[in-house]
Amino acid sequence: MTVTRTGPLPTGPEAEYDVVVVGAGVVGCAIARALARHPLRVALVEAASDVGDGTSKANTAILHTGFDAAPGTLEARMVREGHRLLGAFASEAGIPVEPLGALLVAWDEQQRAALPRLAEKAERNGHLATRLLSADELRAREPHLGPGALAGLAVPGESVICPWTTTLAYATQAVRSGVDLHLDCRVEKVRTGDPWHRLVTRRGALRTRHLVNACGLHADAFDALLDRRDFTVTPRRGQLLVFDKFARDLVRHILLPVPGPLGKGVLVSPTVYGNVMLGPTAEDLDDKTATGTTAEGLAGLREQGGRIVPALLDEEVTAVYAGLRAATGQEDYRCTAHPALRYVTVGGIRSTGLSASLALAEHVLGLLADCGLDPGPERPLAPVRMPNLGEAFRRPYRDAELIARDPEFGMIVCHCERVTRGEIRAAYASEIPPAGPDGLRRRTRARGGRCQGHFCGAEVRALSESYGKGAR
Amino acid sequence: MNRVVDVLVVGAGPAGLAAAARLAAAGAGRVEVLERERAAGGVPRYCGHPGFGADRRGRPLDGPAYARLALRAALRSGAVVRTGVSATGWAGPLTLDVTAPTGLERIRAHAVVLATGARERPRSARLVPGTRPAGVLTTGELLRTAGTFEGERGVLRERIGRRAVVVGGEPVARHAVGALRAAGVEVAAVMTELPRTAQGFGAVPVLTRTSVVELLGRGRLTGVAVRGRDGRTSVLRCDTVVFTGDWIPDHELARARGLAPAPGTRGPVTDSAYRTAEPGVFAAGNLLRGVEPAQVAAAEGRAAAGSVLGLLAGRACPAAGVPVLTAGPLRWVTPGLLGPAPAVPLLVRPDRRLVRPLLTVTQDGSPLRRERLRGEQAPWRSVRLGPEWTSGVDPAGGPVIVGTEEYAP
Repeated sequence: MTVTRTGPLPTGPEAEYDVVVVGAGVVGCAIARALARHPLRVALVEAASDVGDGTSKANTAILHTGFDAAPGTLEARMVREGHRLLGAFASEAGIPVEPLGALLVAWDEQQRAALPRLAEKAERNGHLATRLLSADELRAREPHLGPGALAGLAVPGESVICPWTTTLAYATQAVRSGVDLHLDCRVEKVRTGDPWHRLVTRRGALRTRHLVNACGLHADAFDALLDRRDFTVTPRRGQLLVFDKFARDLVRHILLPVPGPLGKGVLVSPTVYGNVMLGPTAEDLDDKTATGTTAEGLAGLREQGGRIVPALLDEEVTAVYAGLRAATGQEDYRCTAHPALRYVTVGGIRSTGLSASLALAEHVLGLLADCGLDPGPERPLAPVRMPNLGEAFRRPYRDAELIARDPEFGMIVCHCERVTRGEIRAAYASEIPPAGPDGLRRRTRARGGRCQGHFCGAEVRALSESYGKGAR
Repeated sequence: MNRVVDVLVVGAGPAGLAAAARLAAAGAGRVEVLERERAAGGVPRYCGHPGFGADRRGRPLDGPAYARLALRAALRSGAVVRTGVSATGWAGPLTLDVTAPTGLERIRAHAVVLATGARERPRSARLVPGTRPAGVLTTGELLRTAGTFEGERGVLRERIGRRAVVVGGEPVARHAVGALRAAGVEVAAVMTELPRTAQGFGAVPVLTRTSVVELLGRGRLTGVAVRGRDGRTSVLRCDTVVFTGDWIPDHELARARGLAPAPGTRGPVTDSAYRTAEPGVFAAGNLLRGVEPAQVAAAEGRAAAGSVLGLLAGRACPAAGVPVLTAGPLRWVTPGLLGPAPAVPLLVRPDRRLVRPLLTVTQDGSPLRRERLRGEQAPWRSVRLGPEWTSGVDPAGGPVIVGTEEYAP
């Protein structure tokens, strides 16, 4: 149960594991957490300096029901089960979730014609509660929709969630339950062997009996370290715009596009932080680091968003960002057990990894058993209760009892997001402290608001330097 | 904890402190100023350059000195100034929810003066594409960083960067350049989409008609891609970029009370008595628009205090008057409503450089005023249009339109 970020890795028996999970995104963290229920020595190894620092940090933050997945696929099953599991875990761990429900909005006859088919597909995926809506019913539910909406399909159960807290909660619970987390620890070579695989990292070597590849965008490259070349990951960029909190009253549901021949379209969705998100674009790229936004991408999003909710464009933009989904050219996940190598690849988790994460973790446990892992008896995980970042729940600055106990929770530092000094201190005192300003933002929302640090940047930095080891 | 005060002023910058000083001096009762930062004074606290008027002996004031005097004046007249205290929302008419280290409070007042100021738009609100590296800031963050880490001079440069590009050509960009150079940061260039900048950038190269098209770098900024006047794109190497100007009122509390931002100013609409549409709620200073010098904001605070005193003697009533709008190359005008009294000058902000413009004021097509301005008008300075003509406004008529005809010799 250690978290390391710098210096050489432990050596000897301390560097010998039953399972090493490579990649601390939402899926890798969920797998490590599932393994932590068993008396195993487990390490979670991550190239970046924080958990959830790749695809998991820049997505659409939706907990999907799986109503529109391709029926019969692994993805359909994982998302459906994951939705249920994560919903339950979220309330236990204090992860903000708002079950707003989704509305698919048809803007032309072709899209309207597709709605009944989508309702049937949802039924085949076990989602029986969808409902077709007339234009009037749609407008009654979403008064700020732009002109021309013809009909809709209501999908109850679709929820918005905090993706940062989710990943961090998994990792925190895993660490508390005995998993070693090694950050800033890129795996450069794998020498397979029996009974030990040897992993050479930037910070030293590890030995493990079983190995899990949860490398997301880099899953193909990691496979190649073990001479497996089953698929190629093509990064699919999604650019997103986040609008100011004043836009929140304009949107009541997750507004999903009706998928059609011209692609999936963009969605407009509230966030648990009280903003409204617009996106994503879908651009297939070669560069797995191309997380920049483009002028064309942002202009296109504004044009599409302006048709869906015209009043949105009058509001200020709080953030622009882009994330990369791990597409593999196949319409399903690529989860494979390689028993001869005692190795499991969890690949092609495209854009539903957050929703599916807990079900995937159970699935991977099964695949590890296929590779000969005997996990031993189950025991309860150490409990976690995460700091709340959600607007729908009580935040520290509104918590009189908390402030009475500790006045630092009454000292607002980041005024736009109302983050207090106490929360920043607590983030640095947590099991997995932030490695820099972005990590702090994902743990507290500090500096993530409309002023982007104009007012609070200097003070947040000074606090980071005094509570942590520096903010860069 | 629930309390009642006579006047609650939100924001201890130039406007809020000036309003509080006059109110307390005039015997308005308990006048309480809430400041969410750890010290009172507002933006001038961070502006270590002259341009804030002079003290009684005629010595020029810099921002911090101005802020100290403004605070002292408010305290001497009996106002209560509380720092580190945030007004987070409304619990009802004239009642604010407040978070402080001492706990939560719900404060009701007979009148509320909003003086929450303005901020610069950050990169995201300007829709600048690219990556999200460290080293991207506004003048506000730059000046606050310099202030926060003052006295640790040797490491200030390390905290800011080695080589910076400053975006914007207004006077505030000059202050950004000054702060960067004082910290030992090289300024590679000042760049602006405007055809001309304010004066005083010294030896720093100034690129006009140039826009930022992309931020580059992972982890840390490595450069900005810019498109110059010839339409060509090139990369300026730097590890820091400061976005200056492009002000927007910090109108959160005003909006939370249902006061919609006016299209030009993005601030709440007020009449000439600084009343908003919400009875008993006044607004003054740079919350009304971004952004005027501290002395202008303070004068508005004092004037608003006069209206508050009137209200305390009588009854709360909402803003009244004929809407005032702009046409042509004018960005905004304040006040947004021309009421029966008092007669106040209009502040009009050009959208771009204007040469000897003719300002025109009309109502329902009838001219109320034509005034030829001298010389050049810059988009970072407002034009003051005297109030003599306002008696001609028809209170039952349509909106008053302020427009301009440019000089054509």
